[in-house]
Amino acid sequence: MEVTRRGFLRATGLGTTIALGFDVSRANAEMREFKISRTTETRSTCPYCAVSCGVIIHTLGDKAKNATAAVVHVEGDPDHPINRGTLCPKGATLKEDINNPNRLLVPKVRKPGSDHWEEISWDDAIARIARHIKDTRDKTFVAKNAKGQVVNRTPGIAMIGGCTDTNEFNFLQWKVITALGVPYRDSQARV
Amino acid sequence: MASLAATFGRGAMTNGWVDIKNADVILAMGGNPAENHPCGFKWFIEAKKTRGAKLVAVDPRFTRTAAVADLYSPIRAGSDIAYLLGIIRYAIETGRFHKEYVQLFTNGPYLIGEKYGFDDGLFTGFDDATKTYDKTNWGYEADPKTKAYAVDKTMENPRCVFQLLKKHVERYTPETVARICGTPKETFLKVCEIVTSTGNAQRCGTITYALGWTQHSTGVQIIRAAAMLQLLLGNVGRPGGGVNAFRGHSNIQGATDMAGTFEILPGYLKTPAGPQQTLKDYLEAATPTTLNKQAWASMNYWQNYPKFMASLLKATYGKNATKDNEFGYAWLPKVDGNYSWMYIYDDMYRGSSKRLGADEPAPEGLITFGMNPMGIGPNVPKMVNALSKLKWLVVGENYEIETATFWKAPKEYGGPDPSKIPTEVFQLPASGFAEKDGTFTNSARWLQWKWKAVDPPGNAKTDQEILARIFLAVRDLYKKEGGALPEQVLNVTWSYSNPAAPDLGEVLKEINGKALVDIPDPKDKTKMIRTAGQQLENFGQLQDDGSTACGNWLHLGVYTEAGNNAQRRSTADPTGLGMYPNWTFSWPANRRIMYNRASADAEGKAWDPTRPGIVWNGEKWVGDVPDIKPDSPPGEYGAFIMNAEGVGRLFAAALNDGPFPEHYEAVEAIIQNPLHPKVTSNPATKKFSSDKDVYGKPDQFPLVCTTYRLTEHYHYWTKHTEVLNQLQPGFFVEIPEAYAQKQGIANGSKVRVTSARGSIEGVAMVTKRLRPLQVDGKELIQIGFPIHWGYSAGDTGHTGPLANFLTPSAMDPNTWTPEFKTFLVKLEKA
Repeated sequence: MEVTRRGFLRATGLGTTIALGFDVSRANAEMREFKISRTTETRSTCPYCAVSCGVIIHTLGDKAKNATAAVVHVEGDPDHPINRGTLCPKGATLKEDINNPNRLLVPKVRKPGSDHWEEISWDDAIARIARHIKDTRDKTFVAKNAKGQVVNRTPGIAMIGGCTDTNEFNFLQWKVITALGVPYRDSQARV
Repeated sequence: MASLAATFGRGAMTNGWVDIKNADVILAMGGNPAENHPCGFKWFIEAKKTRGAKLVAVDPRFTRTAAVADLYSPIRAGSDIAYLLGIIRYAIETGRFHKEYVQLFTNGPYLIGEKYGFDDGLFTGFDDATKTYDKTNWGYEADPKTKAYAVDKTMENPRCVFQLLKKHVERYTPETVARICGTPKETFLKVCEIVTSTGNAQRCGTITYALGWTQHSTGVQIIRAAAMLQLLLGNVGRPGGGVNAFRGHSNIQGATDMAGTFEILPGYLKTPAGPQQTLKDYLEAATPTTLNKQAWASMNYWQNYPKFMASLLKATYGKNATKDNEFGYAWLPKVDGNYSWMYIYDDMYRGSSKRLGADEPAPEGLITFGMNPMGIGPNVPKMVNALSKLKWLVVGENYEIETATFWKAPKEYGGPDPSKIPTEVFQLPASGFAEKDGTFTNSARWLQWKWKAVDPPGNAKTDQEILARIFLAVRDLYKKEGGALPEQVLNVTWSYSNPAAPDLGEVLKEINGKALVDIPDPKDKTKMIRTAGQQLENFGQLQDDGSTACGNWLHLGVYTEAGNNAQRRSTADPTGLGMYPNWTFSWPANRRIMYNRASADAEGKAWDPTRPGIVWNGEKWVGDVPDIKPDSPPGEYGAFIMNAEGVGRLFAAALNDGPFPEHYEAVEAIIQNPLHPKVTSNPATKKFSSDKDVYGKPDQFPLVCTTYRLTEHYHYWTKHTEVLNQLQPGFFVEIPEAYAQKQGIANGSKVRVTSARGSIEGVAMVTKRLRPLQVDGKELIQIGFPIHWGYSAGDTGHTGPLANFLTPSAMDPNTWTPEFKTFLVKLEKA
């Protein structure tokens, strides 16, 4: 934490009084208002282990069209029956996960044989991926197995899903897998 | 979870986090909850403080859980079956088990056919060529008159399950347990005494576990042994009891429920296989029946399977699913053989998918969301070379992960030069938990809605938008160009208000399901139980004729006409037992404790009136949502409604490696099996045979190694979080003090750990927490390390070796889960 001269003086109230020659306790009290007093509180669930602690995410920035909300604080939800407001070290540092400098911000592609990333637009990325999926499916589609039974599967594509995707995403993913005929599918649940 | 399903009928944690406060004894084994589930662990402490509960920690290491336990017992990694069968033997021998419960609610009294047997490490029906068992050898004996199950309520018939179990565990004496597990006999006996103190109506105990049990080549049977012990003690279905599987990720239970894995469809319906050419064939194969195919004292709830399946097909194919086309069943992809994790990368690496003896194409494209196979799977040197064969790879993530950057892995990982890797890799920035709404299902089956707090950063998008846009683009190509079976691609419903970014509330509604036409009440046809378009309320409203749609029958009730029940936030707890019936939604049917019929005796009275689960009031069951027909009087149906025979299974013929658990060594075995040296490791497990699948022997790799997590880090993500990196800055290797001294390894010095797959380096942490054990007459050294690092850590994160560089391609033969928790290594100064 950076200690500014003003912050230092504020912290040593006596010093302030002497320096200014009048009582600033009321003004100090104003400045000591909690930084979360004007935030929006959003109920969420910690994304780490399966205790699934309730968390409250505090964002600053009203809902105005030109304002972008930013997460300023995350704390345990005292209403939550399981964690009752407590969080472990990981949950207590969730703000750092949300506002992390290493977060990915733009789509990138690594071309065959290349040793580096290149930026790519969403539209181009999606068009190229869709082309790959279609070409691979058409090329590898197995309508009948060795016994002549109809199996309608695409062994050329594998799809795996993680542990912090929502149930709703997982259902959408299951639909996509089914639509593409993907037999190779697995998730974190296995490993 | 396969073991819990095979024993109780459903594969999930039986009770709840808060319910642990109701336990008199807690056996924490195969997990370290104080470290890995700290905010759930508070309920262990609550039980100790308010009930005087005894906490027993059994672990190779003196863990953070052990530090606050009443009793700590060391154990050799992977020897848990011997330990648990030893406790079962003790319970039977001393009579410290709940006999009335076993007679009422388990298959202890059921007779097994003459074909079952066990000799020198093998059950009957083993085929050495295919390494598989013919499970028909393990069937129930039919009563000659009724053709239904033959039962001896006294449990004295030598062919009844109870007697067969007694005989099977005879060999697991305290001396044998000490010899196999390295646990001092006195400590083991103390554990037996505490754990079996709950084998009666008055007391109740729970067993908690996590990946320390799952990730073994005997993982499923370890958990089976625990589930059997709990049945024997009468602890299943009761508040304060159960087998509580602590899952490791916020929505891993949800991923399992929602068909994350190849062998299941949503709601644990089975993925159709090649031989099941029609829906009729499929339903016949998948719907369980009782022994004589007639009614038995069981609800056999899975007899409703055709309703679940027809409703799923209607949710999947909508109007395209008709009675005439078997609701689109033909479009569902069919499987032949195994498509699970290690097979994906083995087939990818070898460039072929062998099915029924024929070569089919191997995966050339991989799509992964929120998952990092490079870090997560075993045998990283094989993984990096498998990924290098791909034509294309799509990764949706929050951070740059090792999977997206496999082509620039450090040289020692053994992958090809980037110029020789043909893969086109797309790295798509996705949303974190705070940037999307939707439900996560916790370990205790609660579907909890979370609200979106902020937009994804920069140009990142929500996962559902990325997936939907890719899918819609593929569909457009099929509409324009045609191709292989376009109907399969085009007939799946996608009727969301915004198809390019589906609203997750709408998706949850679809998962819950609705009536498609008016559904008349079977008791009074003039009344409707649902009118067309109404959300369904419970399983009972599902139909098998295509008149209902439901994306996952198990989640039915989560989004009814009353609204989104996953958003409920009532903190009321009328029973005081920590059930919180109106807090979000718990599958199945908002039931908080599964199998709760077993919480009451033959007359429907609570075994312990201070901790009732449900009780019979003369007209209906009251308390928790009953896990039995609500108005069915005691005695009509068995307590385990998902099992066709209606009882919990001490003997389970469903698993691939035996109806009873048996001690086997890990695939990389440190010793020969002391019980049957000819069958050392699990005979039903399979090894892989590529040049990268190498397995170590103790002469070269004399130490047992295990892996684990730290409370300060989470899997492979938090290496980006500065505060956590300050708390736990990097990779280290825990080494027993006595061994370190002998080898001249100083605390804090650099060491190299080598397995048959390769080597990694880390800081030596010389510790008293891991101690040498006396196993089979010799000193045995165990070391261990945490898993949290990797080479991709952005600009500010901490890097370190991938722990799975060293782990083998070995797995459980039921779940095909890798054996991360026991493998062989050697240790040197670096």
